[in-house]
Amino acid sequence: MSNDANNELWRRFAIAAPYLWLLVFFLAPFAIILKISLADPILAQPPYSPAFASDGTPSMSLGNYSFLLSDDLYAISYLRSVTMAAATTLLCLLLGFPMAYGIARSPAATRNMLLLLVVLPFWISFLLRVYAWMGLLNNHGAINNLLLWVGLIDAPLQIMYTDFATAIGLVYSYLPFMILPLYASLERLDMDLVEAAQDLGASRTRAFWDITWPLAKAGTIAGCLLVFIPAMGEYVIPYLLGGPDSLFIGRVLFDEFFLNRDWPLASAVAIILLMLLVVPIVLLQRAQARDEEPAA
Amino acid sequence: MRRRSRFILSALAFGYAFLYIPLISVVIYSFNDSSLSAVWGGFSTRWYSELFRNTQVLDALFLSVKIAVTSATLATILGTMAGLALARFGRFKGRTFFSGMISSPMVMPEVITGLSLLLLFVTLQQLTGWPGQRGFSTITIAHTTFSMAYVAIIVQSRLVAMDESLEEAAMDLGGRPLRVVFDITLPLIAPAMIAGWLLAFTLSLDDLVIASFVSGPGSTTLPMLIFSKVKLGVSPDINALASIIIAAVSLGVVVAWIAMRRNAKPS
Repeated sequence: MSNDANNELWRRFAIAAPYLWLLVFFLAPFAIILKISLADPILAQPPYSPAFASDGTPSMSLGNYSFLLSDDLYAISYLRSVTMAAATTLLCLLLGFPMAYGIARSPAATRNMLLLLVVLPFWISFLLRVYAWMGLLNNHGAINNLLLWVGLIDAPLQIMYTDFATAIGLVYSYLPFMILPLYASLERLDMDLVEAAQDLGASRTRAFWDITWPLAKAGTIAGCLLVFIPAMGEYVIPYLLGGPDSLFIGRVLFDEFFLNRDWPLASAVAIILLMLLVVPIVLLQRAQARDEEPAA
Repeated sequence: MRRRSRFILSALAFGYAFLYIPLISVVIYSFNDSSLSAVWGGFSTRWYSELFRNTQVLDALFLSVKIAVTSATLATILGTMAGLALARFGRFKGRTFFSGMISSPMVMPEVITGLSLLLLFVTLQQLTGWPGQRGFSTITIAHTTFSMAYVAIIVQSRLVAMDESLEEAAMDLGGRPLRVVFDITLPLIAPAMIAGWLLAFTLSLDDLVIASFVSGPGSTTLPMLIFSKVKLGVSPDINALASIIIAAVSLGVVVAWIAMRRNAKPS
């Protein structure tokens, strides 16, 4: 076999194998969710009506979607999820930006160490990290004990099972996703430029907006989207820290599926969540594609 | 410069305290003899011995490790191919679509990925009879799908940062393309592949939501077991388990750190 033919064969194989895997296990499932979201729940295995009746006529309806729109519970859950994800993103940015900046500006030897310390918790089970917060935040936990002992409060504060606890858990879990892309773009910043601008009389704020910000923008956008998108569908953190009554859409989907065994309705919830996320996901793809271009 | 750096320093101090105080508190509580987190009942290692006697935990750990090793290996193979395709094959038909499909699983909320894969497996079973039983194989496939994205991106960025001259030289000297890949490219990107494998392994060990959807009766992974215990509140043997994991990860990081420093010195 000639070199060229061999080369072509290898290229085709290297593209086709991951391509096919993703088509089957990532893309095809969305078509199936869409199909099942149009079915009715029935008592059977699997618990949804077939897309075509026995005489071959299609039996699909938008019933699940009109139900989702008619019951306020779902609208409230979507809204609460958007608000919580946005608040998490903002808090991660407020804490993550100065941290990423500080890491990027520190001497080379400490820089790697600081970066490693940001990533290290990420390697420890996510579930166990959320669990650690349960121990700190509950009414007999370390934080309440400390506050009582210092005398700042007379009775334990109810922190656990509130939206505040959920927000702490979310910020804690997603902070590295904010810091890493921010660090990557701030690392390229030439400090001499900032100092030159200040020497030439630019105020600190002016130097920030004219020099630091244009470089940091790409990392900021990527970091915010990397936090916002997965936080929208978070299930475990609201469940464990927010308590049994905290209504977020990931939780609603999970419960519709596992507790009510209403697979079609859970699918419809997923489709609407996906539609809400299409714009942020496309923005993230574009930010990453732009990041790829100059180097390639 | 001074005033700003004080602000930055306090942000760093607060940030790292925020990241590490929960971990430290778990380790301290794991040595607490009392089963209530409120009181300190004296130093004890009883939760550790209770943990090691718990066969449920050991079974779940074994299943989780088996899934993590298999899915990380599959994800490294597929992800490396995808990374090579994106970084080295120029423009091919459907490249934009391909790169979009690679990175989407990384951010997709877990409840959506889990539900969609389960519905796929159920549909496949109706049509073809496979998979007869959900468990090891279905969880492995699910984990491979979302972690290959991470491998692909790590490998791709390594390849983009590396210049092509070595590979081109080998080609010019008449090397067969596949030999060039195996003799030149793969050894050069081996560190990225190892990093990708480790990340895929961790992500798999970590996953609760997707595994809950695609697993079947009798297949309980370690996170599923932990979640079922933690739902009921703080449980001391989980403190011991968490402490062991924290110790293992910290040890791994220290070893990697020393190895990196030793590698960096000669250059």
